[in-house]
Amino acid sequence: MAKYSVFSLVRNALSYHENWQRAWRSPDPKPEYDILVIGGGGHGLATAHYLAKEHGINNVAVIEKGWLGGGNTARNTTIVRSNYLWDESAAIYEHSLKLWEGLSQDLNFNVMFSQRGVMNLAHNLHDWRELNRRVHAIRLNGVDSEILSAAQVKAEAPILNVSPDSRYPIIGASMQRRGGTARHDAVAWGYARAADQRGVDIIQNCEVTGFVINNGRVEGVETTRGPIKAKRVGVAVAGHSSVLADMAGFRMPVESNPLQALVSDPIKPVLDCVVMSSAVHVYISQSDRGEFVIGAGSDLHVSYSQRGSFEIIEGIMGALCELVPMVSRMKMMRQWGGVVDVTPDRSPIVGKTPVEGLFINCGWGTGGFKGTPGSGHAFAATLAAGEPNDMAGPFSLDRFRTGFLIDEAGAAAVAH
Amino acid sequence: MTQKFRLAEGGRINRDHPVQFQFDGATLHGYEGDTLASALLANGVHLVGRSFKYHRPRGILSAGAEESNALVQLREGPRTEPNMRSTMVALFDGLKAESQNRWPSLSFDVWSVNNLFSRFLPAGFYYKTFMWPASFWMTYEKVIRNAAGLGKGPLGRDPDRYEHRNQWCDVLVAGGGPAGLMAALAAGRAGARVILVDEQSEMGGSLLSGTGEVDGKPAADWVAEIMDELRSMEEVTILPRTSVSGYYDYNFLTLLERVTDHLDDEPDGKTPRQRFWQVRAKQVVLATGAIERPLTFLNNDRPGVMLAGAVRTYVNRYAVLPGLKAVIFTNNDSAYDTALDLRRAGASATVVDVRKAPRGALVEAARAAGIDIMDGKAIVKVNGGKRVTGVLIRELSEDGKTVTGGSQSIGCDLVAMSGGWNPTVHLFSQSRGKLRFDESLAAFVPDKSFADERSAGACNGSMKLLDCLTEGLKAGLAAARDAGFNVRKAPTAPKVDEAEEGGIMPIWVVPSGKRLGQGGKHFIDFQNDVTAADVSLSHREGYVSVEHLKRYTTMGMGTDQGKTSNVNALAIMADLQGVSVPEAGITTFRPPWALTGFGAIAGRNVGEFMDPARLTAMHDWHVEHGAKFEDVGQWKRPWYYPKPGESMADAVNRETLAARSAVAMVDASTLGKIDIQGPDAAEFLNRIYTNAWLKLPLGSCRYGLMLHEDGMVFDDGVTTRLAENRFLMTTTTGGAANVLTWLEEWLQTEWPEMKVYCTSVTEQWATVSVSGPYARHVVGSLTDYDKLGPKDLPFMTMAEMDIAGIPARVYRISFTGELAFEVNVPRRQGLALWRAIWEAGQKYGITPYGTEAMHVLRAEKGFIIVGQETDGTVTPMDMGMDWIVSKKKGDFIGRRSFAREDTARDDRKQLVGLYTEDDPHHVLVEGQQLVAEVKPTPPMKMVGHVTSAYFSSNVGRSIALAVVEGGRERMGETLYAPRLEGGRPVKVTITDPVFFDKEGVRARG
Repeated sequence: MAKYSVFSLVRNALSYHENWQRAWRSPDPKPEYDILVIGGGGHGLATAHYLAKEHGINNVAVIEKGWLGGGNTARNTTIVRSNYLWDESAAIYEHSLKLWEGLSQDLNFNVMFSQRGVMNLAHNLHDWRELNRRVHAIRLNGVDSEILSAAQVKAEAPILNVSPDSRYPIIGASMQRRGGTARHDAVAWGYARAADQRGVDIIQNCEVTGFVINNGRVEGVETTRGPIKAKRVGVAVAGHSSVLADMAGFRMPVESNPLQALVSDPIKPVLDCVVMSSAVHVYISQSDRGEFVIGAGSDLHVSYSQRGSFEIIEGIMGALCELVPMVSRMKMMRQWGGVVDVTPDRSPIVGKTPVEGLFINCGWGTGGFKGTPGSGHAFAATLAAGEPNDMAGPFSLDRFRTGFLIDEAGAAAVAH
Repeated sequence: MTQKFRLAEGGRINRDHPVQFQFDGATLHGYEGDTLASALLANGVHLVGRSFKYHRPRGILSAGAEESNALVQLREGPRTEPNMRSTMVALFDGLKAESQNRWPSLSFDVWSVNNLFSRFLPAGFYYKTFMWPASFWMTYEKVIRNAAGLGKGPLGRDPDRYEHRNQWCDVLVAGGGPAGLMAALAAGRAGARVILVDEQSEMGGSLLSGTGEVDGKPAADWVAEIMDELRSMEEVTILPRTSVSGYYDYNFLTLLERVTDHLDDEPDGKTPRQRFWQVRAKQVVLATGAIERPLTFLNNDRPGVMLAGAVRTYVNRYAVLPGLKAVIFTNNDSAYDTALDLRRAGASATVVDVRKAPRGALVEAARAAGIDIMDGKAIVKVNGGKRVTGVLIRELSEDGKTVTGGSQSIGCDLVAMSGGWNPTVHLFSQSRGKLRFDESLAAFVPDKSFADERSAGACNGSMKLLDCLTEGLKAGLAAARDAGFNVRKAPTAPKVDEAEEGGIMPIWVVPSGKRLGQGGKHFIDFQNDVTAADVSLSHREGYVSVEHLKRYTTMGMGTDQGKTSNVNALAIMADLQGVSVPEAGITTFRPPWALTGFGAIAGRNVGEFMDPARLTAMHDWHVEHGAKFEDVGQWKRPWYYPKPGESMADAVNRETLAARSAVAMVDASTLGKIDIQGPDAAEFLNRIYTNAWLKLPLGSCRYGLMLHEDGMVFDDGVTTRLAENRFLMTTTTGGAANVLTWLEEWLQTEWPEMKVYCTSVTEQWATVSVSGPYARHVVGSLTDYDKLGPKDLPFMTMAEMDIAGIPARVYRISFTGELAFEVNVPRRQGLALWRAIWEAGQKYGITPYGTEAMHVLRAEKGFIIVGQETDGTVTPMDMGMDWIVSKKKGDFIGRRSFAREDTARDDRKQLVGLYTEDDPHHVLVEGQQLVAEVKPTPPMKMVGHVTSAYFSSNVGRSIALAVVEGGRERMGETLYAPRLEGGRPVKVTITDPVFFDKEGVRARG
């Protein structure tokens, strides 16, 4: 398949772009695969890519009930960072970030990973303590992070209101400069194209309707396009993990909540970095198109529908206008929701299930997009070996039995 | 005052009220009642903006909400707004607008170089390049970012005010055209509470754009009559200039009312600029009309190419002639009205109809009026750059796929196009209604409703006026009936005389004689410069799902969200795939219908109202006495009270010393307080807390820890038994609301059989805690001293008595480790109490202290703060608090988790104290991580972290609390705390976490 480059672009321009090949084939499912990945989102497609590339397993299919990349890969706020507190999280997210750093080249598809920096704001002494703790831990894990004063915050993002008289003044921030944003859809497309080139079958509009399980071992799946056999099956269907688990006869400690986001109309660039404030539940960045991309937070109710309630949007708007006063005269252009899998400790589950040969990758909560490459990489290794690798190991389903939780939610924001 | 293209008469403008405005610095004139777009056209201005990607010159496409080209930067200074649709901006005196996305000027834009290179910039080109060298992406990106965006963001704080209004109604009618008016009238006459909404400045919808009659009178007169009747109905609310922005679950709709946007710059300060309505409607009638589709032909984006219906609106409603020599290009009959109206207004008109021998009454009328009709033909190219100068026309094959024969050139300054009409199904779709494709209209129409809603008129696919009126009437009656109203005096549908229309010939791409993508562009999405060739490329590369198409080409991603482009692109994709349009699918319509201001959504929840600060009864005193404040949850708490010239450290040292050597007072009103009553209250506490509560004596207090199910500490506090079946629980300041939620969750979902009632009383009490050796003297001087004696009021008990004449609850509990009395009085008497204690304490040197001193004092005692020593991953055992976990009583929340192998480990991170080794005055950083072994560079294995660190003047050195793996077994060991700024890590020794009065005798004294 032709490599993408400025040269191929020029060459194709001369033939009026009529000779571009399909980015991926549209094959019918074969009767059997070595490994079947359920879910053609970022995680599933990345898994297939690394299975083929790193483990030489090409007899792989990714089956997707709708259009590939149509789940949370298409619905997030595109933020990539690895500034996590616990060693286990730092390991997998930093691994992910390193893969992000070379992803466009690895996939030969520009995913526009842009290391414009991710700033986490502190508004009170409690935030400040937590921020210090994180930055110290992140640095000792060998990951980049630094602390900014309010004045430095203003210099990085002049549109922020750093007035000390603000209701929740900005007293400082942590900054991960290697963090940033990426073009979310392109991640799914890039992985799909790269996996397809290595022989992976990507089968869209193919919904799993049941599992074939014999003597506690998975042998394949039933789908809307007929049965497909497989030696091993990996599930990566964020938002619907509990549905698939139910089909396979086990329960997952996962709840599905709508998570909402919105974009503004486009304007000329005014914000270079990503700004996050957990105290007032706002995160914001400006896309290359010029839109503000704004994360709104998740609804409290559980739901499989990709829509939330308006109160969530309304709820952040005052804080947003305080934090970034200029947005008051800007406008909401589009709002949407995704469905996130949430585990009790807010960390993912990557590994075995009670069914032999059936593996699951879920529970990434709000961290799924940034984790895509690392998740796919670790899940591929797990599927290839039939055992979780070092990266995936701590994220076993079993931890909810042993109590080895990786609690990234950290302290509830309580203070005396 | 030349408005060269203003017609001498007609229109709904107010000619008695001329208006002056500026566009790109030029002073122009119009009339009240104009939109910015109509006024620009009246002045002959067609070049209004530049497109997003190729920076092509663009004019005014439409006359309504669907405008994707003519976006302007409106107003200046802090009131400036980008991306305003000139078709929706009401003209006012002194209006200033600028074109966007061009440099240095609209007519000479350097970025239009993109258009020259457009051959190299097809859909998604950026995914294929900018990858070498790898490190250069952000350099490329910077250029891309600067070229992208449209208008400029406003700077500074918005000077205007926004308001929210919550409302319910029986019937909400979205759209005030013929269908909406009839629906509102029918429902209103039935007595229903009706809200009628339309985003235009006046009701009437399409009736304002035409020349027809209703009920034997001019349509506008009929509208005026209906409006008079509606206005006379008490239960009917009429909201012009109001858009329904979102249709959410359970008939919850949001409306944006533009209250003063059509006026000049200075609202009176009381009237909000915009009002954001949140409406619960029992029934909804959607009467949102239809949006005309552009035809997709070569250079169909040139200024002067407009939608035919919009041209008609400009002629009839605004008395503006958008061109003198017009070519009308159509595939259906509706555009013949435009030809007739143009002709009547004095312009020349030629119709190019893709249909062979069209036969409708309108066609005949046009023919009779002497209008030249070129049937079976197509425009294969538009000439002109910044304004249409002419078109090339060729013969179209019967299937519409090719053109034949020679081309004929016609000079013109206006092209009015019509590709048919799309019912405006956006709100219907937002309400989760299902669409179907109507072949006769070649458009999506509502099929199955999901919500309590009805579509009527053009948005329902009924394009004839009579059908609109009849459907509106029916929908209004049915909605009223379903909302519970008897319809007695139902109106009848008015009579209209209407021409029979011929059919439509769907044509999704008008051939130009060359292959698509060669020799020019057929635009689909004008704003984002998406062409028919881009759709074709998207198909070729496998991005065939409609969502892939949209995301790959950016079709429908602009500010208009695809209102004019969506169906055209989908139909082209369907054609390429060889499937029907509905088989190709349709993208999801998401809120909002049109751009909705963030400021309006925020309403008045900004500034001091964003999250109003909670202040204690003594707040003003603290301010008067120079307190610095700390945000704790929603509360403002005194942090420390510096005296003139004192640093924070000075103040805190003075405050902490006073508490241990004399007496000090703190405002503790912010602690959460929950009154818990009911016969099962004691058993309930027994399950919520880790320790035993059944036998707590009356009037006694007990400290308790609450765990989540995972066994991890999440709140703590002292709870007192006020009566057999009544307790007062205190919580942390920040955790109060969460604790109440937690209690209610268990009571309501897990233990509904328990008779327990929880009430937050945090705001009802003011609390002053008096600590120190002279605490009893001070409090005692305000009451019967003997009642405070160690026997009368022992440690961990409560008694009710008057303090300074105020009925109070006095608790003998201590967070400082000193002899302490916590005096609680009703909030309104809090300040009086505080003052009385302050006065009484003067002779003992009483010192007010803030949260910082409080934190130091408790740390000296090794008392934890939930949320500081704990972080949701800490058990009571980790905190060295095994004593509080009952082994005997039955189950409690979190108990089961202690049996989990990881939770039961004895080398978990445990609470310890730390001393700095080298410099006893060095205060560690809270949050600093600890390592046992220092390596030259990270990564380093962390064994714990500093949770609290202070200089303690009572201990005479710095102290710290920390959690350390297996810490209790490591007393005396040395650890290292690496510093962010580099340099030698700080050496620390692990010690007991209690630094002062280890035996705890002082509090009991």
